[in-house]
Amino acid sequence: MENKYLVNIENERLSFFTPAGEVKALNDVSFKMKEGEVLGIVGESGSGKSVTAYSIMGLTAYPGRLVGGTIEFNGHHINDMSEKEFREIRGNEVSIIFQDPMTSLNPVYTVGNQIEEVIRLHTNKNKHEAKERAKDLLALVGINEPEKRLKQYPHELSGGMRQRVMIAIALACEPKLLIADEPTTALDVTIQAQILELMMDLREKLGMAIIMITHDLGIVASMCEKIAVMYAGKIVEYGTTDDIFYNPKHEYTKGLIKSIPRLDAKEHERLVPIEGTPVDMLNPPAGCPFAPRCDSCMKICLREMPPVTFFGDVHYTQCWLNQKEEFEGKAPEESAVEKGKEASNE
Amino acid sequence: MGKYLLKRVILAAVTIWAVATITFVLMNMVPGGPFLSEKAISPAATAALEAKYGLDKPFGERYLTYLKDALHGDFGLSLKQRGRTVSGIIAAKFPVSAKVGGIAVLVSLLLGIPLGVIAAYKRGTTIDSVFSVVATLGIAVPSFVVCTVLMYFLGVKLGILPTLGLTSWKNYIMPVFALSAYPTSYIMRLMRSSMLDVLGQDYMRTAKAKGLSQKVSLFKHALRNAILPVITYLGPMVAYTLMGSFIVEKIFTIPGLGGEFIKAINGRDYTMIMGTTIFLGTFMVFMLLIVDIVYTIVDPRIKLK
Repeated sequence: MENKYLVNIENERLSFFTPAGEVKALNDVSFKMKEGEVLGIVGESGSGKSVTAYSIMGLTAYPGRLVGGTIEFNGHHINDMSEKEFREIRGNEVSIIFQDPMTSLNPVYTVGNQIEEVIRLHTNKNKHEAKERAKDLLALVGINEPEKRLKQYPHELSGGMRQRVMIAIALACEPKLLIADEPTTALDVTIQAQILELMMDLREKLGMAIIMITHDLGIVASMCEKIAVMYAGKIVEYGTTDDIFYNPKHEYTKGLIKSIPRLDAKEHERLVPIEGTPVDMLNPPAGCPFAPRCDSCMKICLREMPPVTFFGDVHYTQCWLNQKEEFEGKAPEESAVEKGKEASNE
Repeated sequence: MGKYLLKRVILAAVTIWAVATITFVLMNMVPGGPFLSEKAISPAATAALEAKYGLDKPFGERYLTYLKDALHGDFGLSLKQRGRTVSGIIAAKFPVSAKVGGIAVLVSLLLGIPLGVIAAYKRGTTIDSVFSVVATLGIAVPSFVVCTVLMYFLGVKLGILPTLGLTSWKNYIMPVFALSAYPTSYIMRLMRSSMLDVLGQDYMRTAKAKGLSQKVSLFKHALRNAILPVITYLGPMVAYTLMGSFIVEKIFTIPGLGGEFIKAINGRDYTMIMGTTIFLGTFMVFMLLIVDIVYTIVDPRIKLK
């Protein structure tokens, strides 16, 4: 049953070897995805969301390198794949839509050219068939007058329209997995909703799995079945959407949820931001990376990385607060005040 | 497009008129005259010669006569090469320079563009450094040094290449090399820096994510975006190179237009100076127009209005 999962990442470690030193972008990231599943990866900038997803299709930017763990995708062992083998799956079995549709399309080629290109690369359709397919794809992603659009250049289309073209390119070869890297961040709110709706609609029709990378919890709540919350290159909490929203276990997840504006908020009630700044990935702390910003930080949090705690089959987190029974007695209540002292002593 | 072209042609006419006028005025301010270098001419003979070419008339009248004749396509007789018209000399010499120059332009493009692309793609590697040193040399070393060094080693020491005239294809090697050293290096550097810019663009990541090979990514997706600066440079570069280089033509004894240009200035051959300048000016304006049109073909976002 090796191919039970579409994506199976185990203990992935990935580092960027910069002149300033090794940046450990991913530390022991593990997750599995079934076919057709929608996974949301949330986290702040630099938490490793995109890096995780890009590594599945071998798009890790120089000077990044896998330094440990295994990645399997659709029966491929990504670790040992050559650039040539990657080229065969990119745009074919796994494709991606990027954040900024204004710059993701080549300005000097027509929309048709850019869609047909990927079709002709991965299938043996001839020029005419590729054009027909491109036209169908444009219709599929809800673009009117596809015939005319094929001949237009990206600068003649609006942002939302261009993102639809990007989706058409991504879906051209009916991939098993679609990676959406903040696909709506650069769009107007009204267009955002349309694009998300389109993606869900296409997923119904085509049945591909989706990895949705975002920092917008609202998007994952409405779209995803599973959510991975990332912080400083680790998945700090993973679970079903219900687990994450109704029963968050990690302090960072709780913080994220608290910082969402609520419709039923009382007057004068303020949003609660997460104080502090993200960790310096060049010098990651020894303990839990979130500890310096955590309101419930204890001494052990600063010393040691917490182990994984499972709640049921799927939901897990990495936080000492959920390991209380293990060291209860050893470490009596340590308050945030003490943590403050410790931080200032450093 | 039609309206744009009409506008450009009118502007071109104005430009060429300005070039002609400025040259005419400057030429008359330079001391000396066409007949001074010739030995022992009696004042009467000088006066007779000046009268023959109309040089005795006042400045304003000469200027107007010149413009009128030029409009009719008559650039007059050369003052130094007796009995030959300026147009005839240009018609005879330009093809020689243009042939050597044309080959040099092709060589610069065929070498400069791919080398620049490779340097950008391999940035920071030894190949990039080697290319960069060679390009800097090509720009910094003046062509008379390139010419003499080439001539000394290949022509004299080794004796494998002929050093004068244009009788066989071998004759072209050294002049073409000397003419294309600078433009090749310049194009390579332009290409490299503009390519580096393009390689960092999001659409290059899209190309990779589509599964395209490096070759297609670079030469289809990146090149067309990165080549605009090279096209800009190409306009004046083609005009100058086809006109011929005085230095290269002098050293390799090529009977081209570049030599005539300098000879005319030294000899105060007024009509010849005017003729060659207007010819170069017209050629230049024409090349700039071509560049503008090529722009719109390469980048659909550019519209001529």
